[in-house]
Amino acid sequence: MPRPQSQAEYLAGLVPPSVAGIGRRAVLRGALGVGAGIGLTGLLAACGGGGGQGGAAAGPGTVSLGSNESGTTFAKQREAMAADYLKSSGTTIALNEVDHNTFQENINTYLQGNPDDVFSWFAGYRMRFFAGQGLIGDVSSAWPLPGVVDKFKVQSTADDGKQYFVPQSYYPWAVFYRKSMFQAAGYQVPTTLDEFTALCRRMQADKLVPIAFGDKDGWPAMGTFDMLNMRINGYKYHVDLMAGQGSWDSPQVRTVFDTWRGLLPYHQPDALGRTWQEAAQTLQKKQAGMYILGTFLNEQFPTDEDDLDFFTFPEIDSRIGATAIDAPIDGFCMSAKPKNEAGSIAFLKYLTSPQAAAAAASTGLPLIAVNSEADTKPYSQLQLKSVELVSKATEIAQFLDRDTRPDFASTVVIPAFQQFISKPDDVDGLVKSIEAQKKSIFTS
Amino acid sequence: MTSKLRAPGRSIPRTRRQRKLAPRDRVVVTAMVVIPALFVIGLVWLPAISSVLLSFTSWNGIGSLDKIKFVGVQNYVDIATIYPPFWPAVQHNIIWLVFLILGPTLLGIFLAVLLDKEVRGTRIYQTVLYMPVVLSLALVGFIWQLLYSRDQGLLNAVLHTQIDWYGDPNVNLWAVLVATGWRHTGYIMLLYLAGLKGVDPSLREAAAIDGSGEVSTFFRIILPVMRPINLIIIVVVVIESLRAFDLVWIVNQGRNGLEIIAALVTSNVVGEASRIGFGSAMATIMLLISSVFITIYLRVVMKEDKS
Repeated sequence: MPRPQSQAEYLAGLVPPSVAGIGRRAVLRGALGVGAGIGLTGLLAACGGGGGQGGAAAGPGTVSLGSNESGTTFAKQREAMAADYLKSSGTTIALNEVDHNTFQENINTYLQGNPDDVFSWFAGYRMRFFAGQGLIGDVSSAWPLPGVVDKFKVQSTADDGKQYFVPQSYYPWAVFYRKSMFQAAGYQVPTTLDEFTALCRRMQADKLVPIAFGDKDGWPAMGTFDMLNMRINGYKYHVDLMAGQGSWDSPQVRTVFDTWRGLLPYHQPDALGRTWQEAAQTLQKKQAGMYILGTFLNEQFPTDEDDLDFFTFPEIDSRIGATAIDAPIDGFCMSAKPKNEAGSIAFLKYLTSPQAAAAAASTGLPLIAVNSEADTKPYSQLQLKSVELVSKATEIAQFLDRDTRPDFASTVVIPAFQQFISKPDDVDGLVKSIEAQKKSIFTS
Repeated sequence: MTSKLRAPGRSIPRTRRQRKLAPRDRVVVTAMVVIPALFVIGLVWLPAISSVLLSFTSWNGIGSLDKIKFVGVQNYVDIATIYPPFWPAVQHNIIWLVFLILGPTLLGIFLAVLLDKEVRGTRIYQTVLYMPVVLSLALVGFIWQLLYSRDQGLLNAVLHTQIDWYGDPNVNLWAVLVATGWRHTGYIMLLYLAGLKGVDPSLREAAAIDGSGEVSTFFRIILPVMRPINLIIIVVVVIESLRAFDLVWIVNQGRNGLEIIAALVTSNVVGEASRIGFGSAMATIMLLISSVFITIYLRVVMKEDKS
């Protein structure tokens, strides 16, 4: 035992260890150590921001890929692509998988922290916004990409005219129905709004809910708004409105809400307490006739997907037509300062190639490739129809929450649309309120 | 300080006691004061003050600090005038507080008094009533979703109704309050029961000998004796109703009839939205409201200490 340094220690030393238990100082030291330890790790975690997400080592011959899919079919597709790329090029892909919503909610911290060389993202305003902020890298050297047509290039281009995005796949939004129901009742696919409402009335007479609807999460109603706005005012007006130009308090937007109000009686009532999955179940159980949603609807039809079919939202104004659609494009961006820039560009080129699509298809579930040279043989009938729909479309919008500022979409548009759905009569107050908030957000 | 550090019960000469601390002890004591103080300042005060400062600015959370733009009280003006969810949120927080006090808190106290009577199976009742408190809120949200779902829920199936419990803005606040109350009752019950166990039984005996009935014993003797616990319970309820967030967030992220200040702060600051200044302004308003209650509480406690 070392010589006691204070009287207290000396006295404490007189107590036999069995009585004293653990020495006071040891307890203190332990407590301080634990405290400091917790504090330190806490601080480190705070400094790192999304520490867990970034920072996969990217040495020579390695490219890190931040993926917003984990444990899903998309995640399996990406794993297959990474394995395939290693085989064909010798470059190792360090895959960093994060749950979809977590990835999206932390994107600001992620990009400002230590992002991966390449990460999954969406085309549209959100990509252009990050490009403007200098958070993502210019990938125009990867373009032109063989097999990727011009309308996809437009969606990959930021405001400075350069490309910051490489598209890989997409999923269109449309009006879904069951073939067997249409056959049995003799319903015809409508091509104009009048035919559409006539069909809705017929379904109502047949004791069906004409249009299944669930907007508990707030975003499904955006699809309906997008379609109506593009059919009534055209693609250009829609995209400008989303970008903050043009007024929500305008006769054009009022017409959209008025038309929507005319269709609301054909929608499933009490939509605000229902998830999109529950609404899909009403179509699945043949209680509803139609459903406006994206092709991911097939998740709810595990056994009878082949009975599912869709048509594009009918024409409202013959001068505008019905060729603009919502088809969110998923793809990849490069971080502003990648550790392996040449490797990243090469990998981005691969990701949009037919080989990557083939690697994804090897999992048994293909993606709908942007690349027109990709093999469509493994596609399901729904995917083949999606390709047809998108190839016929003259303009592609990215869906409201990808086409506008995320703060505007989540804090203004969702509450406003939900208010409209529960109280559709006060369009005047609604559009004025949206416009006032839009001005405040877009000028800040 | 000196006497506290020394092991108790050991006789030390008086003169020695007044001696200064040994250098090593002094280092330890300083560390024990400074380190927690740094944590409190760094983790509580700095963030609180910076969110008050940020509430006068406009910032999207991207880029260096010099991109922060000073906008004066614009955020507060916007919140009060053009942000539709704000006033409903204030109203809902007040409803939340009043409901929690009148409903689950009183019920919890009542249950605690009953359980204190050593009825048979009191342990089982305690466990059953306390169970919801142990469950994670995500699980609570899921359980009630099964009951409340409009198309597939138990409640509508049993009652043969088609009430949109979570979606109808006139109904969903009450539906969520019932779910919250389910948890809150058990919590208050346990707190109060612990307090009741600490009441000196001789007080009750004396009251009984003096011919006081059950009810008057409770209101005239037990309740005044329990004053510190009552105060804690009031503070807990106020904090809970200001903090009200988790369940509402799970149900629909605080929209469409379920607006709550805490949920509005989160939806503006956290995630992709990043209206840091705007969200901070709402957080500051919340801070002001809660400091009113904290001040009242501190005044009452300090008065008691003096008397």
